Amino acid sequence: MRVLYLSMVAVSLAGLVSGSGAALAQKSGGILKIYHRDTPPSGSIIEEATNSTLSPYMGVFNNLVMYDQHKPTNSLDTIVPDLATEWSWNDKYTQLTFKLRSGVKWHDGKAFTAKDVQCTFDLLLDKAKQQLRKNPRKAWFGNLDKVTVDSEGQASFHLKHPQPAFIALLASGYSPIYPCHVPPAKMRTHPIGTGPFKFVELKQNEHIKFTKNKDYWKKDRPYLDGIEWTIIKAVATRTLAFVAGKFDMTFNADITIPLLKDIKAQAPKAICELRTTNVSTNLIVNRDKPPFDNPKIREAMALTIDRKAFNDILGEGQLVLGGALLPPPDGVWGMPPEVLQKVKGYSPDVAANRAAARKIMEGLGYGPNKRLNVKVATRNIATYRDPAVILIDHLKEIYIDAELETVETSNWHAKVARKDYMVGLNLTGLGVDDPDAQFYENYACGSQRNYTGYCNKDLQKLFDKQSMMTDQDARKKLVWEIDAKLQEDGARPIVVHNKNATCWHPYVKGFTMMTNSLYNGWRLEDVWLDK
Amino acid sequence: MSTYLVRRFFLMILTLIGMSIVIFVMLRLVPGNIADILFDSAGFVDPAAKARLEAELGLDLPIPVQYGHWMGGLLTGDLGISYVSEMPAAEELAPRIPITAKLAGLALLFTVAFGLPLGVISAVRQNTTLDYILRIISLSGLSLPSFWLALLILMAFVRYFDWMPIYTEEPATLWDELLLLSVPAAAVGFRSSALVMRLTRSSMLEVMRQDYIRTARSKGASENAINYHHALKNAVLPVVTIIGIEAAFLIGGLIITETVFNIPGVAHFLVEAILKRDYPIVQNLVMLIAVIVVVVNFAVDLLYAVLDPRIKYAD
Repeated sequence: MRVLYLSMVAVSLAGLVSGSGAALAQKSGGILKIYHRDTPPSGSIIEEATNSTLSPYMGVFNNLVMYDQHKPTNSLDTIVPDLATEWSWNDKYTQLTFKLRSGVKWHDGKAFTAKDVQCTFDLLLDKAKQQLRKNPRKAWFGNLDKVTVDSEGQASFHLKHPQPAFIALLASGYSPIYPCHVPPAKMRTHPIGTGPFKFVELKQNEHIKFTKNKDYWKKDRPYLDGIEWTIIKAVATRTLAFVAGKFDMTFNADITIPLLKDIKAQAPKAICELRTTNVSTNLIVNRDKPPFDNPKIREAMALTIDRKAFNDILGEGQLVLGGALLPPPDGVWGMPPEVLQKVKGYSPDVAANRAAARKIMEGLGYGPNKRLNVKVATRNIATYRDPAVILIDHLKEIYIDAELETVETSNWHAKVARKDYMVGLNLTGLGVDDPDAQFYENYACGSQRNYTGYCNKDLQKLFDKQSMMTDQDARKKLVWEIDAKLQEDGARPIVVHNKNATCWHPYVKGFTMMTNSLYNGWRLEDVWLDK
Repeated sequence: MSTYLVRRFFLMILTLIGMSIVIFVMLRLVPGNIADILFDSAGFVDPAAKARLEAELGLDLPIPVQYGHWMGGLLTGDLGISYVSEMPAAEELAPRIPITAKLAGLALLFTVAFGLPLGVISAVRQNTTLDYILRIISLSGLSLPSFWLALLILMAFVRYFDWMPIYTEEPATLWDELLLLSVPAAAVGFRSSALVMRLTRSSMLEVMRQDYIRTARSKGASENAINYHHALKNAVLPVVTIIGIEAAFLIGGLIITETVFNIPGVAHFLVEAILKRDYPIVQNLVMLIAVIVVVVNFAVDLLYAVLDPRIKYAD
């Protein structure tokens, strides 16, 4: 066995002890008051794919490993121990073994063991007796064969093929460890974890309350006595309430760029960080429905997108242009501008792109006198509707007259899954900034979240190839190649990578907003109130 | 009379059964499936898992069987389990109904307390500056959308008091609760009070031109006695009818007000439940409203005979 990361573990442990820097100043006590945008669909993180659940409930749980809560850019280098104290790979990178922390207790007093790790992944692999209602993380763990219990304090992950970045998936807030003894149904309504905060109650449309876990295994954590999330659906009300000081913090990335100006004007002392969220706005085309089964027409549609216009209108020029993966410095794996500009459709010469697109359309028999009528479907919420309207305008340039079809938000994924759309405008959030998560979840053949049904067998082989690479620099080059191909294939053309802000009052300390995921920085065990 | 009562009672029962069928069927005719909606937050719909979920929720059963289960539950006091929260529907509904009832009561109080006297003053001081001011206020009440007014009120509170009258935690006492609810009640009651004000004014003006008012004045009755004893007493009848109708319409205004002021009442909850196709919540709540309306109507029918001796129900 090749023991890796041990030195890193030591450094990380030291980091955990010292917290975010100003170690001596932290004060314990107080209830952190945050507003929430809606009632979470459930309290079970592994059954959901929304930060409505993840942000409030992440503090209930621990992972085996997690991303350092004080480093804004998640990467393989920022992974720190959590329930695992150390980990090691075998030589082939097909077996990952974790030594587990001892003396950890679930919130109901039962002891945490390696069996719980096995149970969690049996649930995710659909091997458990009691199945999950929903299993959105299945695509992430397609390479996981099984988890074995080596001893009470050690568990091993057995992979079907080498996947050195597998641990990146385990570090996400979306990969908490669940107890064996609590059924999935109860985890949805009253989750039990080992984390710093115990769930108290959820009242629909009212609040979610958490209290400090006094038996938390991490000494002197959490600092807070509890966290109260007040559910406020009206955007204006919750923003005003933050300004008026009713809340210490806004919801995770709830503040849009135009709204940020208002908050800065009305609460100038508030700290607001505008960050990329690794949520992209993208175009989805139903490739089963004529005439969109013709790749040429999809190529023309990708070529007409003027990304700068989207950026200027929606983000006042502050959004990020990129491919499937978020580019640096915010992301780790995305194509840098010099590479991106060489990808078809990404050239800043929009007029030339559109001329090429029109030529394609004319070749297919369309023109000023024979225009194609389509419907652009999207969720009936502003963050979807606004870019959809811009897209409709861009499609006009290539003889496509589109009509906006707004879909009741809770029916959106069902409609997309039924392939009951022609063209759609979608937003996709990525839980972990790693190519494995992105490719297997959104572009792999047969993945449930591959909404367009794009399937390129050659590229699939490259997905596996990059996944098995140990040299991360060489892997990055291959990832750029794959990403470029995905954009040129019009698999799911990325329009922009979005930015949103989270705000908090200056007395809230110890919180770091991540730049390349919304879903990994809400443990909140190091947050304290300087009141 | 007794035959009429028995016939009227059975008619009421039949109406309620009909209502329950309409509610149950209409809900299921609305496009969108709870299983799809529950899957939405996972970002995908897996057909096999969806079928399992539908079976778990009993949605795979024939509609008449589902209806039978609901009715059977209602008769035994079991309202079912909320699909969304997986909690008993009764537990979800029970604490919310009194909140909305208090808010509606306060809004109605505001409507009457402001609408009636200001309408009378406006009529008595017809074509004076005060009348013009009151008419402008009443017109603005009718033309301002309640959500906009509510937001303006919130902004004003933040701007001038650095505080917001929104519901973020349960008030400690009834008095605190009424204080907190008074602002949203005023916001929602403003429109109704404007309507009452205008109607009272026009009704009063009409009555004040009647002969018996002139007679009262010629008898030397004081202006207050004429206005409030003779005129208002007769002018208020159409106003009372409108207040009754407005009370029924209040629920629409409360949906917006509860959302803006973040009040965890039943009106906002009902809309949320409809959007999420949370059938156990929606069908029980709408049924409750139907029961109240039907029972009140029954009671009013009975009261007519008591209040108006001219009305007789033949056996």
